[in-house]
Amino acid sequence: MTWTSLKSRLAGAGYVASDDLAVALQLALTLGRPLLLEGAAGVGKTEIARTLSMIEDTRLIRLQCYEGLDASQAIYEWNYQRQLLSIRAAAESGETGKAVEDRIFSRSFLLERPLLAAITQAKAPVLLIDEIDRADEEFEAFLLEILSDFQVSIPELGTISAVTRPIVILTSNGTRDLSDALRRRCLYTYVEYPDRTTELAILKARCPEVEARLANQIVGFVQKLREEELEKTPGVAEMLDFAAALMGLGIADLTDDPAVLHSTLTTLLKTRTDQAQITREVASRLAGKAA
Amino acid sequence: MSRVTKFAARDPGPAARVAGFIAHLRQNGLRLGVAEAELAMAALVEVDASRPEDCRRALQAVCTGCKEEAERFGDLFNSYWMDMGRVRQKVIPALSQKSNEDVHSTRDAKGQDLGTAGRATAPDDKGDEAESEGTGRLIATKQRNFKRRDLRDLVRPEEIAEAQEIARRLGAALRDRRSRRRVAAQRGDRLHFRKIIRQSLSTGGEPLRLFRKRRPDRPRKIAALCDVSGSMTVYSKVFLAFLAGLMRADTAADAYLFHTRLVRITEALRDKDAMRAIGRMSLMADGFGGGSKIGPSLQRFANTYAKRFVDGRSVVLILSDGYDTEAAEVLSDALAKIRKRGCKIIWLNPLKGWTDYAPVAAGMAMALPYLDLFKAANTLGDLATLEQEFAAL
Repeated sequence: MTWTSLKSRLAGAGYVASDDLAVALQLALTLGRPLLLEGAAGVGKTEIARTLSMIEDTRLIRLQCYEGLDASQAIYEWNYQRQLLSIRAAAESGETGKAVEDRIFSRSFLLERPLLAAITQAKAPVLLIDEIDRADEEFEAFLLEILSDFQVSIPELGTISAVTRPIVILTSNGTRDLSDALRRRCLYTYVEYPDRTTELAILKARCPEVEARLANQIVGFVQKLREEELEKTPGVAEMLDFAAALMGLGIADLTDDPAVLHSTLTTLLKTRTDQAQITREVASRLAGKAA
Repeated sequence: MSRVTKFAARDPGPAARVAGFIAHLRQNGLRLGVAEAELAMAALVEVDASRPEDCRRALQAVCTGCKEEAERFGDLFNSYWMDMGRVRQKVIPALSQKSNEDVHSTRDAKGQDLGTAGRATAPDDKGDEAESEGTGRLIATKQRNFKRRDLRDLVRPEEIAEAQEIARRLGAALRDRRSRRRVAAQRGDRLHFRKIIRQSLSTGGEPLRLFRKRRPDRPRKIAALCDVSGSMTVYSKVFLAFLAGLMRADTAADAYLFHTRLVRITEALRDKDAMRAIGRMSLMADGFGGGSKIGPSLQRFANTYAKRFVDGRSVVLILSDGYDTEAAEVLSDALAKIRKRGCKIIWLNPLKGWTDYAPVAAGMAMALPYLDLFKAANTLGDLATLEQEFAAL
């Protein structure tokens, strides 16, 4: 499979990828390396993993990172409640200590968390490690171990090696610089906001019912809006929401009614200062330029 | 395909060329090892090698690791593989002077236009200007200084070592903020009784797992912005050494240079070799010693980097004399915006050390209300004495 065919398969599932991204993804698949995606919020980093799992027809296992994420949340944890109940039941039936111990530290008492689940699937899943920059550096360190060896050691059970190698995709919003060690193990792509033609293609793929002229206006408007100095630049998801809002209100032309246009801007502008900055006049001026 | 580099006839083959390319990247400051060279070969097998664009994309995915590197990669790729068509691209020159045996190119892989204003420094159209923000590809302004200054002439290695020590102490004075409150922690010094009791309910009242708590460190991040405009030339030496020291002492710190534009130099200053770091920085600081636009530069900072790196636990350190060619309102607006992120702002002004100094420069006067600390500093010694003040913040 070449990268162009991968790109068209992604497009078939509704994801329009840039050439850089398609090549990187293709390499990640063939070389079995994790792929690190960086970029602003709302450019479609998480979506690519979802689409990939769809076209590969496999499970998507997602690990959302946050500050303070630790091994028991990410890899595995013993099911303490079940173990305790089991001990009590054993005490009543008069089972010996050794047998109980063997039983309560077996696989059925193990709660699989995303990372362990990802390496024990029969068919290689897509493992999405979302917003890795939010996790602590400590977590990054043991993620490295799993990404290089694809095995997990559990003191009571021994080492569990990967049945299949998951397709690993990491995303980062760049709130913190990642360690060089992690970057070295991954292929890297910076995902930009899409250009006009790409974004138009995305809109066509996701909302085919929008007619061509309005689609042009929507994309042009959002592209112009991104050039304004905003606190939170609208991403692709917001653009799709905006399109859906316009469709729902039955608007055929952006320049028709400034009041309605301004009220639909709630889908694009997410802070108070941004809303104050894009007044009705500014919005209709941008719409005029975009047309 | 006319632009492809013609390799010598005795060239040992594609593998050596790729190895040469990796060496070329390494000389230009990308941190790559043998494993990457291997991976690059494997990646090239997967794409159609007769299509240069595909190869570039594949190698870019393998060899780059952050946005700054990804943006520079195109130029580096072209200068190694595509230089027969006289594509005059500027690349950051190799810093070691010995010729590289691995590069079997008929032309010098370093390019030939290092001393002149090349494509990247020429006045450009608006679109490109926005794109090149913060990569060290600076665009001309009317006050632009055409002479390229090598900052390595200004800074000596001993000074960096000294500055590093001072920066480490200052950093520690700013950083060590311990909270009184205790929070749950895996390796805490005390037991977290409330949590233990609460969790014991799920195990039938038996406190099976012991939770701990400790006082968390609340580290402060330092973002330092250094003015390198003409009026600051005399003091730049001290401040640049200080920045280099700061970046080496504190792995979470962030550094920027500004004159008429703002450049992030954090990546460059993290170079293991201190003098090479300064060398890389001087290439980024094109226009060094030119005019100063403090307001717009800080505005730029507030709108871009500050959103990612500055929060309530940050300290923004501005090293400037406050002589701005732009309207003073721009500066105060920018400071207000940065201030709103909840950080502390410290301004170190070399002129303040003069006996009769008063902050009469319009920009400086307007900036004062937003500053947490406004101090004099023009030697490393002065900086060292600030430790107490920083600790009191």
